[in-house]
Amino acid sequence: MYNTAPRERRREMSASGKRVFGALIATAIVCVAIGLYIALYLTNVPGSAAAVQSSSGTSLYLATVPAAELSDPHPTWVSYYVTNASDTNWQHDTTFVLPANTVVHVTIFQYDGDSGLRNPFLGQAQGTIGGTFQLNGKTTQAIDPDSASHVFAVPAIGLSVPLEGVPDSAKNPCSNAPCPLSMDHETISFTFHTPAKGLYRWQCFVPCAAGFIQGFGGPMQTVGYMDGFIKVV
Amino acid sequence: MSEAKEPNHFLRIVLWWLVVTVIGTALIVFVVGPGLPPGNGSVEASGQVTDNTVLLALSVPVAAAVLVYLTYALIVFRERNPEVIVDGPPIRGNPSIQLWWLVTTTVLVLFLAGYGTVRLLADGSGGGQGPNPIAAPSAAKGDPPLQVQVIAQQWQFTYRWPAYGGVETPHLELPANTLVEFHVTSLDVIHSFWAYQLGVKADANPGQDNIAYVTTKGPLTVNIRCAELCGVWHGYMYDTAHVVSKTDFANWIKGQQTEFAPATKTLGPYSKSYFPEPQRRGG
Repeated sequence: MYNTAPRERRREMSASGKRVFGALIATAIVCVAIGLYIALYLTNVPGSAAAVQSSSGTSLYLATVPAAELSDPHPTWVSYYVTNASDTNWQHDTTFVLPANTVVHVTIFQYDGDSGLRNPFLGQAQGTIGGTFQLNGKTTQAIDPDSASHVFAVPAIGLSVPLEGVPDSAKNPCSNAPCPLSMDHETISFTFHTPAKGLYRWQCFVPCAAGFIQGFGGPMQTVGYMDGFIKVV
Repeated sequence: MSEAKEPNHFLRIVLWWLVVTVIGTALIVFVVGPGLPPGNGSVEASGQVTDNTVLLALSVPVAAAVLVYLTYALIVFRERNPEVIVDGPPIRGNPSIQLWWLVTTTVLVLFLAGYGTVRLLADGSGGGQGPNPIAAPSAAKGDPPLQVQVIAQQWQFTYRWPAYGGVETPHLELPANTLVEFHVTSLDVIHSFWAYQLGVKADANPGQDNIAYVTTKGPLTVNIRCAELCGVWHGYMYDTAHVVSKTDFANWIKGQQTEFAPATKTLGPYSKSYFPEPQRRGG
């Protein structure tokens, strides 16, 4: 009678070795996948747009539209855009790079209709120089909360400016970005002091996300539409 | 030659337990306790420090019993010669120890339940009590409490003051040594108003009036945070409040009434709660 124990043991070790090897490979694949996910997350930084520097100071031109451009992944979502003084160069970014401790002139071309503020208190401008803003060239302190279309607010620095909505009676409303100045819009402008260097988030306070629960889903919860950052450098 | 007499392990363990318990409890009460959160920023916060100290101190004897027994067994009952390791005699139970354990833990739990109930009924301990609070503390001089409505919205707290013409403010200042009655509500989803140093935490629900009381002490800076995951900017939903002298508060609220007069004109009548309106674009 032959003793087969060592061969069986070798076979057993071989089988268990395969299992360990398989487990190691599976673990390595999972680790690589997690690493890739984290790397993609960290490198997927939203685009940004710098303020315009000129002899008259630092300016930022923005636009708000009822829906993003048709080629956007979310062509029905309400959104902010960066544009220029003549409203001709549209850029879909919501991170704005501004210099620190500087007076910045902001102009917003507002093409969207009204949705109404949930908190009427935010119908008054806060944190702007003089506590006012220009609505179509007229110095304004507060608007009718029901006529608000959006708010441009940076809560950390106490800045909040309501944006008047385009009336329902508008003859030539814009539906999707980009919108030319020839279409019905409201022009809101204001100035404010930028804070010290840092990253400050901004948001809209009007429940303007069409089709989402309470008007506060989708674009209201997504950086690149009704949320973003002010990167003060 | 007679065998060495087995020491009285139970007695030794009890003695060690007594020593550890006395030292541990003293450390908790006199060293750790005063530094426990949330500090002494208000009467309710101080009460929470006391409560946390009591809970921690009461846990010391229980933890000490487990740890002392474990340590004693590891040291004294360790068999250094692995050749003689055999199963010990089967354990048939020890009714008297089981009874003691049952009685001790039952008494402890019932005491804590009673203690917690009494403490909650005293002043609400800074927690939200819903629209009909059963623990309403009274101010020292019988003055009515200062009502402050905390309005949560994605993603900012604002504050409305019914005693000051219904003005709403973006920040919070409170007078020192004053009984404050917070009415916490929300305009959209569920938030939670957490004023850390004041020891106040109350859920903010749309359509609900959640009342919490706090009695302020001296001047203080208070960190306010939302303590309920409420959306993409939940982590940014914070504010810094201040407890100031009554004179400074009077000046501050007067300034706020002037500054926010345009907005006050457009505010609806003061209400204890609000529903998420308008919903023109809501799906």
